[in-house]
Amino acid sequence: MITLQNVVKAYSTGAPALNDISLQIDAGEFVFIVGDSGSGKSTLIKLLLRELLPTSGKIVVNDMDVAALRHRQIPKYRRSLGVVFQDFRLLKDRNVYENVAFAQRIVQTPNKQIKKNVPSILSTVGLAGKYKARPRQLSGGEQQRVALARALVNNPPILLADEPTGNLDPKNSWEIMKLLEEINARGTTVLVVTHNREIVNAMKKRVITMNKGVIVSDEKEGTYIDEI
Amino acid sequence: MRFSTLVYTIKQGIVNIFRNKWYSLASMATISACLFMFGIFYAVVANFQYIVKEAQEGVAVTVFFNEDTTDERISEIGEMIEKRAEVSHVNFVSSDEAWENFKDVYLGEYADGFGDDNPIKDSENYEVYLNDVSMQENLVTYIESISGVRKVNRSEITANTLSGMNRLIGYVSVGIIAILLAVSVFLISNTVTIGISVRKEEINIMKYIGATDFFVRAPFVIEGMLIGAIGSLIPLTIIYFIYNSVISYVSTRFQMLSQLLKFLSVEQVFQILIPVSLMIGIGIGFIGSFSTVRKHIRV
Repeated sequence: MITLQNVVKAYSTGAPALNDISLQIDAGEFVFIVGDSGSGKSTLIKLLLRELLPTSGKIVVNDMDVAALRHRQIPKYRRSLGVVFQDFRLLKDRNVYENVAFAQRIVQTPNKQIKKNVPSILSTVGLAGKYKARPRQLSGGEQQRVALARALVNNPPILLADEPTGNLDPKNSWEIMKLLEEINARGTTVLVVTHNREIVNAMKKRVITMNKGVIVSDEKEGTYIDEI
Repeated sequence: MRFSTLVYTIKQGIVNIFRNKWYSLASMATISACLFMFGIFYAVVANFQYIVKEAQEGVAVTVFFNEDTTDERISEIGEMIEKRAEVSHVNFVSSDEAWENFKDVYLGEYADGFGDDNPIKDSENYEVYLNDVSMQENLVTYIESISGVRKVNRSEITANTLSGMNRLIGYVSVGIIAILLAVSVFLISNTVTIGISVRKEEINIMKYIGATDFFVRAPFVIEGMLIGAIGSLIPLTIIYFIYNSVISYVSTRFQMLSQLLKFLSVEQVFQILIPVSLMIGIGIGFIGSFSTVRKHIRV
């Protein structure tokens, strides 16, 4: 489902952010990517989102060569990925319903279908009663649920979550992680970049540990490695 | 594109105006200010051109004939002159009409002494009116070369003054329009820069979740065009009332002036001003919003 072959990403100054990374993530997997700041986690997410291009190497997602995509093919590619960010990135001037419906509108889902799908996904994330609220009226945990609903409403095969619990308290963090686990159980491949040691250690999922742009550990039921 | 997507896009364009009302107001005010200056300038220039054109139409070249020229030849000469591109129309004045005019203008009651005699009986002529007085010299050279023509009278000073004024109005128009455009571009680019910071995050989010360039851009462009349209209707309304008041004020306070000079009616001015202002306003809105989004769309 996601394959990286000898991927290098170098910026104009300093050491490469990613140095000869190779990995394979299969359909239906739940994978944590952990590592200190500057380890290359964010660069990896940006490459998968096609926000950046690799300096060398190959990235294949859903059988698509990501680096070879033309500009006009990028939107279609991104629709195959659900994305959740640490800072939620919701449209502040639209309510919960409109934020989620927006993802459906861009794939030109008929209005009738949107009216069915949005309440359904909002109830999955536990926000059915707050569809009229604006993002500023919601707690951090609720905003992240809206972001999750938006990421999932088009049923993408892959969900990328970049520090999804970074701005949340432990209780909300656990609730989000449980939601991600449920989503994974329904067949979605989930890739979570995180610093949250407690969650990583408790969930017993595959853990890929990065340090200074290289993968230093890849364990099937791994734990958070503190000292590298 | 689905009909529902089209409706959504237009609706978003309208909603965006209210979502960012301060930005929308600033943009409308900028476009209004530029088009107000343009409208006032256009009304003044259009009236100048109208006055000069009216004056030009009164300038005529007078063509006299040799004594032995037959009536048939005079008719032929008239047709030859009328065919020329620089000629607006030709008016034949018989020697009797010429004498009556002369008496009215120069002799008055003293003309009675001449009885029924016409002392200028060979003075039948053509009054030739021009489309453009700057072409008077060409026409005169041509007419003088026609056999049967004795003399061609023209007013070089009037012709030169009027064509000089025409040229001056042309240069001043180009100069002022260039300055207005430069000021507009400066003001609008400043407003757009403010708009970019407001919209950058929104555009990024849309792109991350897979929106196409068109889907991101269309509501912004519709918003820009609507702002441009409203921004051009405001100065048009103001100018409409100002123009009417100024014309009626000049006509009543300066009756001497209004007898000499004819002004364009507000309808004549607005026949051009409405489509041009709307095109400029909507065009500025389109280009401004299109370029704003373009800078951030390649995420």
